[in-house]
Amino acid sequence: MATEVLMPALSPTMEEGTLAKWLVKVGDKVKSGQILAEIETDKATMEFEAVDEGTVGALLVSEGTAGVKVNTPIAVMVEDGETVTDAPKPAVVAAVAAAEKPVAAVPAVPAVAAPAPAPVASGWPHTDLPEGPTKTMTVREALREAMAEEMRADPTVFLMGEEVGEYQGAYKISQGLLDEFGAKRVVDTPITEMGFAGIGVGASWGGLKPIVEFMTFNFSMQAIDHILNSAAKTLYMSGGQMGSPMVFRGPNGAAARVGAQHSQDYAAWYAAIPGLRVCMPYSAADAKGLLKTAIRDPNPVVFLENEILYGRSFEVPVDPDFTVPFGKASILREGKDVTIVSFGIGCAHALLAADALARDGISAEVVNLRTLRPIDYDTVLASVMKTNRCVTVEEGFPVGSIGDHLASTIMQRAFDHLDAPVVTCTGKDVPMPYAANLEKFALITPAEIVTAVKSVCYR
Amino acid sequence: MAKKPDATSNVSKEELLKYYREMLLIRRFEEKAGQLYGMGLIGGFCHLYIGQEAVVVGLEAAAKEGDKRITSYRDHGHMLACGMDPKGVMAELTGRSGGYSKGKGGSMHMFSKEKHFYGGHGIVAAQVPLGAGLAFADKYLGNDNVTFTYFGDGAANQGQVYETYNMAELWDLPVVFVIENNQYAMGTSMKRSTKSTTLYGRGLAYGIPGEQVDGMDVLAVKAAGTKAVEHCRAGKGPYILEMMTYRYRGHSMSDPAKYRTREEVEKIKTEKDCIEHVRDLLTQGGLASDEELKAIDKDIKAIVNESAEFAKESPEPLESELWTDITV
Repeated sequence: MATEVLMPALSPTMEEGTLAKWLVKVGDKVKSGQILAEIETDKATMEFEAVDEGTVGALLVSEGTAGVKVNTPIAVMVEDGETVTDAPKPAVVAAVAAAEKPVAAVPAVPAVAAPAPAPVASGWPHTDLPEGPTKTMTVREALREAMAEEMRADPTVFLMGEEVGEYQGAYKISQGLLDEFGAKRVVDTPITEMGFAGIGVGASWGGLKPIVEFMTFNFSMQAIDHILNSAAKTLYMSGGQMGSPMVFRGPNGAAARVGAQHSQDYAAWYAAIPGLRVCMPYSAADAKGLLKTAIRDPNPVVFLENEILYGRSFEVPVDPDFTVPFGKASILREGKDVTIVSFGIGCAHALLAADALARDGISAEVVNLRTLRPIDYDTVLASVMKTNRCVTVEEGFPVGSIGDHLASTIMQRAFDHLDAPVVTCTGKDVPMPYAANLEKFALITPAEIVTAVKSVCYR
Repeated sequence: MAKKPDATSNVSKEELLKYYREMLLIRRFEEKAGQLYGMGLIGGFCHLYIGQEAVVVGLEAAAKEGDKRITSYRDHGHMLACGMDPKGVMAELTGRSGGYSKGKGGSMHMFSKEKHFYGGHGIVAAQVPLGAGLAFADKYLGNDNVTFTYFGDGAANQGQVYETYNMAELWDLPVVFVIENNQYAMGTSMKRSTKSTTLYGRGLAYGIPGEQVDGMDVLAVKAAGTKAVEHCRAGKGPYILEMMTYRYRGHSMSDPAKYRTREEVEKIKTEKDCIEHVRDLLTQGGLASDEELKAIDKDIKAIVNESAEFAKESPEPLESELWTDITV
């Protein structure tokens, strides 16, 4: 019987990929384990193997096709004696296939439903970019470009971490940097977070500007002593003699389906520590502008990225001097009825919620904090004083959240302007479950934000 | 254990007097700090270095300008040995604005960029990767500086020491790991914390050479330090020196040291004291008279008293200092 070969999900966050190359042709006999094709994911070019033996009956997607959704049929295998005419007719075309499928059939799609809420496509003007020409780039490319530009400008800037060099980055953020800058400045470390974080801090005292990459911030727990006790506190403990000019960066928060130990948002933890700067970019422009500022900054910076956002595209100013200052929030969308304050991937949820609310006649203003230490209280308070209502959105746990802190600040500094209590939308107070449905329940969703906004609008 | 150099060969009077003077400064300084603690002028944790003076003095004799040093919370001796001003150290102990950290660091957290002293670290063994990082920077920048990274026998059981050994050897970092084995991790003796008979030997698993040294003999320390530093400067990577030493006082000021006998302490003081050792070399060899040594004693006493006066009179930091130096 003929069977369809489906576009595989080859990483936890892969939603689509490029069919780079077929290594078989119609009529070829294929053994189990034989490589059928090369597929480019958002992270790497992977070899895709046959599961069962058989004969290639048809190739449904041609070489070089980009945007092939996970679970799209890409080939048909037939058994001996069968011909391709016995195979089911492929009624699908790459790149449109999976969209109509129920989400449950697409395990790699994260709970935040596509389509990605790129501001360009969503019909409101940019209010957070400076004047001037822009180009479209992914968050991943923006981070890489920020590092490369700063490394070109300052020979004391170097990158260290697990798989940053020869592997080209676990998430391809550092792809190409080893080739350009060499092994002296793109340093592959053993798996030893506490050790290399400490070495990074020491190197910053010795005259260098390290960028320490954690493969994910979950692993920074092995190193948090050096981030807090060694990096953040030394300027103060030395009476201002020596600080730690360095960046700790990597993906933070939930990816997709990777379970409790790999899915925690540490924003509120790091934001609590005096002596640190803490950034959490949403867009590619945030990512590039903030990372350049972070590398130049004389203080230790915790730079919290998001794996799901890595592949999303945004407009980024072409100006090579473009940076985003610390302590300056942006307004992603203007509105008059309610302020939604968020940061990182929370902004994506907030923007989707704002779209839905607009259809119900509620005008939501979306504030993107961009840095969590320092926090731009002025922008938040000005917006709340205008709208008189506030909902905060973050992926982290509810107890001791950034939202808690904002709610308390707004209560103390703008109480008379509030027409409703501040409501905090957070991840649920549970370790991240693995099951697809439970993970969706655990994460903050646009629908929950809509409900929260309606509650503060008494609608 | 490294062979003791012959006391009469190759050591000048000037060199011995220098060691005598430097070790005595640390001892008298620490005794004074103990007094000030008893008077309530120094607070919190205060870990005295008395007994271990030969380690830092011998190793500083092997260092050159530009070399760096970093250590644990038992750091007063290291600071004095590398030339930091006793007044600034004592005023930091009393929490005054004239202290090295303007009173904001305290006994365990002092730094001097000028003297290449990178702390003073209160988290046991944190200084080990930090010291390797300083060496990483020197190698990256292409100079021939070496970093002395001090830690105790207690810290030697922390995992990050071995993470650091691995990378230091992998990358040939110019770092001398100095294990000050005073045989007690707070109240836990070596025997009760490890079955290893040596600590330097653990470096062999990572390919790092090392040796055990009589840390009560300043000449043996200097000789071993010179060898280690040459190894590092030649680009051969790290080296481990396990200094067998002994602290006379408790772990901190509040430690009654019930975990060892008075006899054990007295035996070391009588038979192994590092200052008496150099004094004997000077007097028995006819290199210095009692009068010369008494003059040094008097001089040191004056320096220490001056530091104590300064530390008492220096004003407390302004309240506004609470909010400075958090970020640049």
